[in-house]
Amino acid sequence: MRLTRTLVATAGTAALLLTAACGSSGNGSSATGLNPPDLKAPTKLGKTEGQVNLIAWAGYVENGSNDPKVDWVSDFQKQTGCQVHSKVAASSDEMVKLMKTGEYDAVSASGDASLRLIASGDAAPVNTDLVPNYKDVFSGLKNGSWNSVKGQMYGIPHGRGANLLMYNTEKVSPAPTSWSAVFDDAPKYKGHVTAYDSPIYIADAALYLKSTRPDLKIKNPYALDQKQFDAAVALLKKQNADIGEYWSDYLKEISAFKSGDSVVGTTWQVIASLTAGEGAKVKAFVPKEGSTGWSDTWMVSAKAKHPNCAYKWLDWIVSPKVNAQVAEYFGEAPANSKACAETSDKNFCTTYHAADEGYWKNIAFWNTPIEQCLDGRTDVTCVPYAKWVQAWTEIKG
Amino acid sequence: MTSEVTPAAGRGTVRRLAGTLHRRPRLRLALLLTAPLLWLTVLYLGSLTVLFVSAFWTTNSFTSQVVKVWSTDNFHALFTTPVFRQVILRSVGVALAVTVLCAVIAFPVAFYTARVARPKWRPLLVVAILTPLWASYLVKVYAWRLILSEGGLADWILKPLGLSGPGFGLPATVLTLTYLWLPYMILPIHTALEQLPANLLDASADLGAKAGRTFRSVVLPMVLPSVAAGSVFTFSLSLGDYITVQIVGGKTQLVGNLVYSNIELNLPMAAALGTVPVLVIVLYLLAIRRTGALTSL
Repeated sequence: MRLTRTLVATAGTAALLLTAACGSSGNGSSATGLNPPDLKAPTKLGKTEGQVNLIAWAGYVENGSNDPKVDWVSDFQKQTGCQVHSKVAASSDEMVKLMKTGEYDAVSASGDASLRLIASGDAAPVNTDLVPNYKDVFSGLKNGSWNSVKGQMYGIPHGRGANLLMYNTEKVSPAPTSWSAVFDDAPKYKGHVTAYDSPIYIADAALYLKSTRPDLKIKNPYALDQKQFDAAVALLKKQNADIGEYWSDYLKEISAFKSGDSVVGTTWQVIASLTAGEGAKVKAFVPKEGSTGWSDTWMVSAKAKHPNCAYKWLDWIVSPKVNAQVAEYFGEAPANSKACAETSDKNFCTTYHAADEGYWKNIAFWNTPIEQCLDGRTDVTCVPYAKWVQAWTEIKG
Repeated sequence: MTSEVTPAAGRGTVRRLAGTLHRRPRLRLALLLTAPLLWLTVLYLGSLTVLFVSAFWTTNSFTSQVVKVWSTDNFHALFTTPVFRQVILRSVGVALAVTVLCAVIAFPVAFYTARVARPKWRPLLVVAILTPLWASYLVKVYAWRLILSEGGLADWILKPLGLSGPGFGLPATVLTLTYLWLPYMILPIHTALEQLPANLLDASADLGAKAGRTFRSVVLPMVLPSVAAGSVFTFSLSLGDYITVQIVGGKTQLVGNLVYSNIELNLPMAAALGTVPVLVIVLYLLAIRRTGALTSL
């Protein structure tokens, strides 16, 4: 827990630490064991270059071509003179691959990609002083283990969301309170249990084992040694017998919950809202064990050809109004604390727990599992992500 | 003035060119075949070679960058990992099941459209068989998702019988793929049956053969090559499919899904997995060739 404590401590003095952008706090260094290439963040911005190339999740960079009412790119282009070219990536792995080409300036990386980008030197440290709106970002999103190293931010937080447990209120009773609904009690709903189709879902099993199998001593679901990892994989193999289908496309999950093909499983708030909006009797919540979640970070490429426009974009996307627009369109909690005043649905931030730091304390944000244990253990090596991918194939059988 | 000269000169050039081509058949052939041969060797065989070669490389486990070090690890993993073996066998099983189902369904349909239906209706029936091919693949598969979902059409029809639909899974995948590729099986059989000389059937009847005997000894041997031709389509299309199984397959994975899940992080492993269907199809074609079916195509 050394890392977490350090982070809590640094979070308070984040602004102070970050003004000394190139100096390091030193405390957290040994915790992650991650030693990224020595890259320097810019100290001041120059003239904008007239264009910027972005890699983003679908729905993050909207210029009105998908829906004329959804447009926060046109104003950016007018104000900064930076023409935006965006490429939508379908997965974290694709983002990593695209960043390696060096043709892009910035990326909206999730936690399961960001550490890889930092370690390989593809993402540069970010000087948050050059991003004025950064000061209004929720403190819980600053200096996270997924977006910073040794107190140095490697990007600007975009938003966050939790992986919730959703269930059909008519078919699942009594109402579940724990993840056991999809693990130990899953046989009750054989063939109608669903789970997120990605290797990172192994962390969900690890999180459940963290509270149900104290003997395994799991501290961080993304830092699993071989024994802990094997236990999580075994749990998921057992769960596979009761799974109806895995989901990665969220429209597929909505249709499955509407028809009753799925009655219990992981979801995102946006899916829960849409499913309920379409008349299905569903509820979604964070079970008592807590939950996994994701937090995306806009990172700047170390090889950026248009760094000034990229910084302008970073500031633009977390500006209160735009951040509110993106968050509402995508269905996630905004990163900027002032965004909550700008949402069109006044209850939006309440529904998504945007300002509820207590809520986010129970969320273990996606991180990239690497050999050096992220929880600071040095006496064992942890199972790296590549092994997670292999195991996921085996779990699905 | 010039406008009169130019066409004449142009015509002269064309004539001279035509003359040259006429006198030199080899040049003619070269010009004709360069583009298709380039496509075949460079783009088609070339990419297959790259696929095969990259299957011998490895990746850096953290940055997932391809490391160009020669190793047979991927193929070793392919043969020793139980899950890979299982998925490969499952994929081949699905492709075979789809092919058999297509053949069994297509034969009576083709027999009707080619020989039983009135001649003036036949072209219309062929068009009707082809119409599903005009609709988008995804629309058709999602339609099947709705049919097979809980309380969907399949459940509703089977309910009076006290049964329920197959739900999502392997049977649903086979069913949907059979629907998708059926026209590719009907068409060749239809053509073969249409070309079957009526006097052969008459002769068989004259010699005292009953319908079953005529079918076995006359119709089947003559139509079998077409069934084989159709099966090449249904088999290879099913073996390579990975989208249908994602939509109606529940938690099932086939070879295509494994390739897809490896392509970003472990390209060499994806390449090794990708060579499996190629190998299976080659073996399938060799087996078909042994039956002599390919010679009559």
